[in-house]
Amino acid sequence: MAKASITFEDINVTVTAPAGTRVIEISEKVGSGITYGCREGDCGTCIMKVTEGWNNLTEPSVLEDKVLRENMAGKHNRLACQAQVLGGTIKVRPV
Amino acid sequence: MNKPPVLTVEGKATAVSLSERVHWIGALDPSLRTFDIILKTANGTSYNAYVVRGSEGVAIIDTVKEKFSGDFFARFESVARYDEIKVIVLNHLEPDHTGALPELMRRAPQAQLYISQKAQSMLKALLKQDEFAFTPVMTGDKVSLGDRTLSFFHTPYLHWPDTQCTYLEEEKTLFSGDVFGCHFCDARLFNDEVGDFRFSFEYYYAHIMRPFKEYVNRALVLIEPLLPLNNILPAHGPLLRDQPQRYVQRYHELSKPALESEIGAGEKTLLIFYISSYGNTRRMAEAIYEGAMAVDHVRVSLYDLEGSEIAPFVDLIEGADGILFGTPTINGDAVKPVWDLLSSLAVINLKSKLGGVFGSYGWTGEGVKMVEDRLRGLKLRVPIPGIRIKLIPTEEEIEICREFGHEMALDLMGLRQPKMIDMADLA
Repeated sequence: MAKASITFEDINVTVTAPAGTRVIEISEKVGSGITYGCREGDCGTCIMKVTEGWNNLTEPSVLEDKVLRENMAGKHNRLACQAQVLGGTIKVRPV
Repeated sequence: MNKPPVLTVEGKATAVSLSERVHWIGALDPSLRTFDIILKTANGTSYNAYVVRGSEGVAIIDTVKEKFSGDFFARFESVARYDEIKVIVLNHLEPDHTGALPELMRRAPQAQLYISQKAQSMLKALLKQDEFAFTPVMTGDKVSLGDRTLSFFHTPYLHWPDTQCTYLEEEKTLFSGDVFGCHFCDARLFNDEVGDFRFSFEYYYAHIMRPFKEYVNRALVLIEPLLPLNNILPAHGPLLRDQPQRYVQRYHELSKPALESEIGAGEKTLLIFYISSYGNTRRMAEAIYEGAMAVDHVRVSLYDLEGSEIAPFVDLIEGADGILFGTPTINGDAVKPVWDLLSSLAVINLKSKLGGVFGSYGWTGEGVKMVEDRLRGLKLRVPIPGIRIKLIPTEEEIEICREFGHEMALDLMGLRQPKMIDMADLA
């Protein structure tokens, strides 16, 4: 199975995770400061900044784009509860 | 001494003039004792709504709780007609301010509704109707009423994501929504005429605004350049026409970090709370304290939960960078004083503080995991799995506690070594 290597920059931890894993699932297990609320792509609590490997995450859905817009999220932001790792190297941190 | 405002004429609610062009058309609810489950009020509250008249139409700012729609409409009708309404502004969509909206829109279908960007999804969820047309606005957007202009300031999380303030430029009057409000009911309406409401103002801030201090400070950056204001007109409580800047200043004071002057730049604070029946969890706490103290620039403090009421601990936690909890497990659960403190933290912002848990146990030890889950639920980050020790800690186990404290303190300072983990190895 394809694996991705994702680094949580706020705690300096890198996790190797299977493709398809949602970032929030990894984040909460290692104790990164990316926090969550609804986990359903609605509340915007888990907005994170992707500092590297944007294309190694699944594309944002129309719903996620809408929530990011409503929360006035920056250009390199994603919802950790929606973004799934695909492979390669990814670096993220809380906003 | 001014005469108290006339709220009714021949038994019918009537508007109260705040200026030639601005009227109060709200409602008084003197019998309310509990608001939104979490707030008490000893004399009720008010739902403040306002009418602004411009040369090219009338604006309504906020409405009232549905039950009080009768007073709201009667007051409106005493100063304007429905066909004159050009603009309806909702500063905040909570039902106590939007209860009369559906009927108002029915009576004034030509009116354009203005809400904040973040209010859009809430409008639909609250009103359960699709047919409302609205214009989402952001900070800097304006709407003209001819010789009167309303401009909008998005002030998110004061106290919902949607909240905004609306500024009537020509009269230097700020319709502030729940900001600078309080649950205090007094028919004299104005802050220089009502009874002493300072306690309600402080209490409201402590329960409604305190969790969002960071956002209060951001909002003040928008509001303070408007000073001196002639009026601050909130959605609850007295209308602040006498020295409104004092209330802005008070928000400023209340929203500063409490320990700002005592903690130096580059220093972090770590609190260790524990409770212990036989001294085992206490011994663990002391070892964690020793371990954490070995890291420079971490100000570590150790507190026995038995030694204080909850409120001072909540204040301490609000100002801390990291919090560790030591709890024994009794009958398969963490102990009540720990839960009591953990259930009292909704009034402060905990996001991304460091958290950790430890404890001694007799035969099961679930308490540590339960508290860890609670800390994550409260949006703390929990970077190191908690430690559980069966009954009396050995010297080796005490050393593990020291390392736990040391690692937590390093984490707080951003000094932990980079770590590589395989997802499969995570519990």
